[in-house]
Amino acid sequence: MYAYTDFDRDFLAERNAQFRAQVARRIDGSLTEDEFKPLRLMNGLYLQLHAYMLRVAIPYGTLNAAQMRQLAMIADRWDKGYGHFTTRQNIQYNWPELRDVPDMLDALGEVGMHAIQTSGNTIRNVTADHFAGAAAEEIADPRPIAELIRQWSTDHPEFQFLGRKFKIAVTGSVQDRAVTAAHDIGLRLVERDGQLGAMVLVGGGLGRTPMIGKILNDFVALDDLLPYLEAIVAVYNLLGRRDNKYKARIKITVHENGIEEIRARVDAEFPARKAAFNGADMDILKRIEADFAAPKFEDGQGAFPTHYQHDPVFRSFVDTNTTAHRHPDYAILTVSTKAHGATPGDATSDQMRVLADLAETYAHNELRISHEQNVILPHLPKKHLRAVHAALAEAGLATANVGLISDIIACPGMDYCALATARSIPVAQEIAERFEQLKLEHEVGPLKIKISGCINACGHHHVGHIGILGLDRAGVENYQITLGGDGGPDAVIGERAGPGFAYDEVTDAIERLVRAYLDVRQDPSETFLDTYRRLGAAPFKAALYPEEAKANAA
Amino acid sequence: MPRAFTPKVVTANALLEGDVVYLDAQGHWTRDHAKADLIEDQGTAEIRLLEAQAQAHEIVGAYLADAQAGPHGPEPIHFREAFRTRGPSNYAHGKQADGVTTE
Repeated sequence: MYAYTDFDRDFLAERNAQFRAQVARRIDGSLTEDEFKPLRLMNGLYLQLHAYMLRVAIPYGTLNAAQMRQLAMIADRWDKGYGHFTTRQNIQYNWPELRDVPDMLDALGEVGMHAIQTSGNTIRNVTADHFAGAAAEEIADPRPIAELIRQWSTDHPEFQFLGRKFKIAVTGSVQDRAVTAAHDIGLRLVERDGQLGAMVLVGGGLGRTPMIGKILNDFVALDDLLPYLEAIVAVYNLLGRRDNKYKARIKITVHENGIEEIRARVDAEFPARKAAFNGADMDILKRIEADFAAPKFEDGQGAFPTHYQHDPVFRSFVDTNTTAHRHPDYAILTVSTKAHGATPGDATSDQMRVLADLAETYAHNELRISHEQNVILPHLPKKHLRAVHAALAEAGLATANVGLISDIIACPGMDYCALATARSIPVAQEIAERFEQLKLEHEVGPLKIKISGCINACGHHHVGHIGILGLDRAGVENYQITLGGDGGPDAVIGERAGPGFAYDEVTDAIERLVRAYLDVRQDPSETFLDTYRRLGAAPFKAALYPEEAKANAA
Repeated sequence: MPRAFTPKVVTANALLEGDVVYLDAQGHWTRDHAKADLIEDQGTAEIRLLEAQAQAHEIVGAYLADAQAGPHGPEPIHFREAFRTRGPSNYAHGKQADGVTTE
């Protein structure tokens, strides 16, 4: 894992001291809120519905046991004993008090963490495949590139006041677990003639105008990558609209100017940018890559095959929550934060400490946070899986539902977020509990439900197989359903099914949808998404709106 | 004809804690919606909002929220403001934990 240098530590200490002084000046009245707000946002501090919220970056979702324990300590000392993992691989604390935030940032700095650029119109926390360095089918570990981008973009003087926020995601796998097509820039590492490079997508994004990113360049050699990215962001900074915040994201710039025009401008900008780099970035990348060297994998599975054969609960957990590792005696374990009825993405400080202990004891001291709001032990020897399962069960973390209907992404919604127009969390809780009661979850199989509490789409509802968008309709919570979205390598925006549903109608509507799928699928191997693609929306709309279907039939 | 004025309360967030607060009739900030001053006319509402905004050493983001008279004092009309009177629905945190809510 990347280890912070003295330069990094000094930078964080200085930045935190600067913010401490700014907080003091806000409290003593020297700074107005208008003056203070951009400063606090530059340090990840929001004011939400009921309290402040501190958003902490977990760059490319990677952290070690000491960092996880520190997150737990912060939750206990300055918050309410839990944290919320987000769809952008951050952790959010929902209840800090203003005067405590500088201490929280110092505590983060002690373990090489921070909240810089987790807010504001700048390049945000760089995200990556949460199975990076571990997945069997991976072409290359995307994290060194993500770390290089983090170093380049942090406090980049040209890009601190962009027209809007700017999100970059990197994947090194054809599976694309980083949803690269829904980012301002998506990078997919590819090999050509033995050389590693990146396919560059641009102009993706969800929100009020959801768009799938377009291929700007199908191969950029690694030593050209940073200057190429810099050229893209520079073109956007100049060309992007600033007259209307809803039209300021690069997806609109690409849409209004066309991908050819953007490509021509980037190509024109690139040579000067390239000349300024002189290869220093590649020296830095080499040092970063050394920090991401794979752990020394141990051979052997111990009693794992016997346990797997004879313990059905353990077998179900393994089948559902593990993924093939690059080493045959290892597994990638996804720990679900979505126990039925739990708040998606929340972990208590005790649970964080259990996860830290397990990572340290059994799994090469490494953890990941996924954009799907789960926690991952990426390098877990199969011989330790049973012990880990037992410890997780004791901590309430052994729910075998990864990728199933209750593994729901849900943004904080109107329970916390000042921008939200409806609640997300209780909808997710109720759907998960309903299907647990029905005992249908495993029969239904892979199905991604994603819920957002407003049009900004933090819950990624557009790329949910079933998406749910909470809105305010005449002072009442109302939920629109989208169908057929997909965040994978061939990403698709879901289609709106029809009129929305009242808060107390949503779970019934989802049950009707799922039962319709069970009725019309060819066999259990045909997933919900496959069935939707084969049959289209008609049978699902008929299930959602039975009265309308009846009237049409009459 | 001008639209009828919907009564208002002045609300904001406390500077230090971020808590939802309301302006009472004495010009003090209370965490209890039922103790807020229910303002019945547009002119008074605008003046009281200006008074609130001048208290930047105590609060952040003051605005007027629709409300109505209830048996125990002003009640919110919109569901967003109702959530602000109690706290999130997934945990007993915020005002409901502090026993401030009158619901």
